[in-house]
Amino acid sequence: MVTFYRRLPKMGYVKPGSLEEALELLEKNPNGRYRVYAGGTDVIPKLKGRVIQSPEILVDLKGVSDLDHIDFDEQKGLYIGALATVRSVETSPVIKERYPILSQAAGSIASIQVRNRGTITGNICNAVPSADSAPALLCLDARVLLYSKNGGERTVDITDFFKGPGLTVLQPNEILREINISASPENSRSVYIKLSPRSRMDLAVVGVGVLLTKTNGTFRNVRIGLGAVAPTPIRALKAEAMLEGSEVNDDLIINAARTASEESRPIDDHRASAEYRKMMVEVLVKRAIHQCL
Amino acid sequence: MAMKKIKFVLNGETCEWEVKPWRTLLEMLREDFQLTGTKEGCGEGECGSCTVIMGGKTVNSCLVPAVEADGQEILTIEGLAHGENLHPVQEAFVEKAGMQCGFCTPGMIMSAKALLDENPEPSENEIREGIAGNFCRCTGYTKIFESIQAAAEAMKGGK
Ligand SMILES: Cc1cc2nc3c(=O)[nH]c(=O)nc-3n(C[C@H](O)[C@H](O)[C@H](O)COP(=O)(O)OP(=O)(O)OC[C@H]3O[C@@H](n4cnc5c(N)ncnc54)[C@H](O)[C@@H]3O)c2cc1C
Ligand code: FES
Ligand code: FES
Repeated sequence: MVTFYRRLPKMGYVKPGSLEEALELLEKNPNGRYRVYAGGTDVIPKLKGRVIQSPEILVDLKGVSDLDHIDFDEQKGLYIGALATVRSVETSPVIKERYPILSQAAGSIASIQVRNRGTITGNICNAVPSADSAPALLCLDARVLLYSKNGGERTVDITDFFKGPGLTVLQPNEILREINISASPENSRSVYIKLSPRSRMDLAVVGVGVLLTKTNGTFRNVRIGLGAVAPTPIRALKAEAMLEGSEVNDDLIINAARTASEESRPIDDHRASAEYRKMMVEVLVKRAIHQCL
Repeated sequence: MAMKKIKFVLNGETCEWEVKPWRTLLEMLREDFQLTGTKEGCGEGECGSCTVIMGGKTVNSCLVPAVEADGQEILTIEGLAHGENLHPVQEAFVEKAGMQCGFCTPGMIMSAKALLDENPEPSENEIREGIAGNFCRCTGYTKIFESIQAAAEAMKGGK
């Protein structure tokens, strides 16, 4: 039987004033004594529901200054700080203009209240297969910058970041500092389509992101990101390869969409059957490609 | 475990308080300050009945640790009226019968207020977006849209 507790378990709270201070805490962190959070929109319900082990101390990252940035530079591209909220990414003029797929994906998450609190970083660190920002970040070849104590730093491609449902390559002593996305290819078009029974306040049954450039009638820079149809968000690499460099035509699009569907590995659950999800991947990949042309 | 000292502005008044770190903003408002206008429906961010405005933005107070109120400005449904004078959004909900049982209403009004502060002339679609995180099990929403439209009309000219 599932018992739902309405209250949080007893625990402490700290709000470090710098990233170094937060990393210091995580360095000596036996058995998940400390748990970092940003918006808490994933962590708080899980703690209330006793779905995850309660930490002794919650570490609120919002005390770290200069981490809620959304910076754009023609050369270096876009930097999204770990504390940038889903709402700020959704409404950022530069993201709307340069990376509309990310703005759309962010806007498809939950409600304004949740988007005002939740972060894009929390969305990917939480790593559910249906995380709406993931297909967009996969299409945009995002990289994440992970920090650990004493200047420890590594960059991970988003394609290597997710390891399984709820699992990422983040080590217990690491904090994701920012997400970096290169300036998107000139003239690229992109779209995120989220399928869910309710149009708002619902998780994706299938999420499909497509980014491409049409140059002289051929497909270039094709990216297809899929959510909620595999243990992690994935790219449909075979379908991408079929399109890349080929002349735009309807039969090819139909075949590529079918291939993307074959690449998906969905499960049956209370939201939808695996069979339905596969069929919808085909329909939505086709639709998304057409919308990008 | 140690109580945390916090200082914040609640409906225009500065408060100093001590909270346990595992209590939510919703619990603190209702139980410590007796501000029971803010409701608890689901307790997990789904229903919006606990919506308050923190730092100018709507949040689900059931998902916010109370300690996070520190240094913030918080507005609840109790802070909207000036004495006997209801806020235009409240007025419109009364006028247009934007409520039945009333459980969703405080949260709905906070979302509507935040929407109109940001976008004084919302389209019907923008109103739908603005209150997508507030569930109402009674009205079927039509009267709520009408109330918000009426409030927008009434607030024209910065009233
Ligand atoms: C009602 C409701 C509806 C929702 N609907 C959707 C939806 O439609 N689509 C969707 O994708 N999601 C949805 N979510 C989930 C959630 O809102 C998002 O995943 C959100 O982006 C999480 O961000 P956060 O900052 O709140 O994460 P938090 O809860 O703060 O953290 C999430 C996880 O990431 C870790 N973490 C956070 N920041 C860092 C960091 N910098 N470094 C390392 N680890 C970190 C935390 O330890 C935790 O494990 C919903 C949630 C609720 C409550
Ligand atoms: S009680 Fe907070 S959203 Fe339902
Ligand atoms: S009036 Fe009853 S829930 Fe909205």
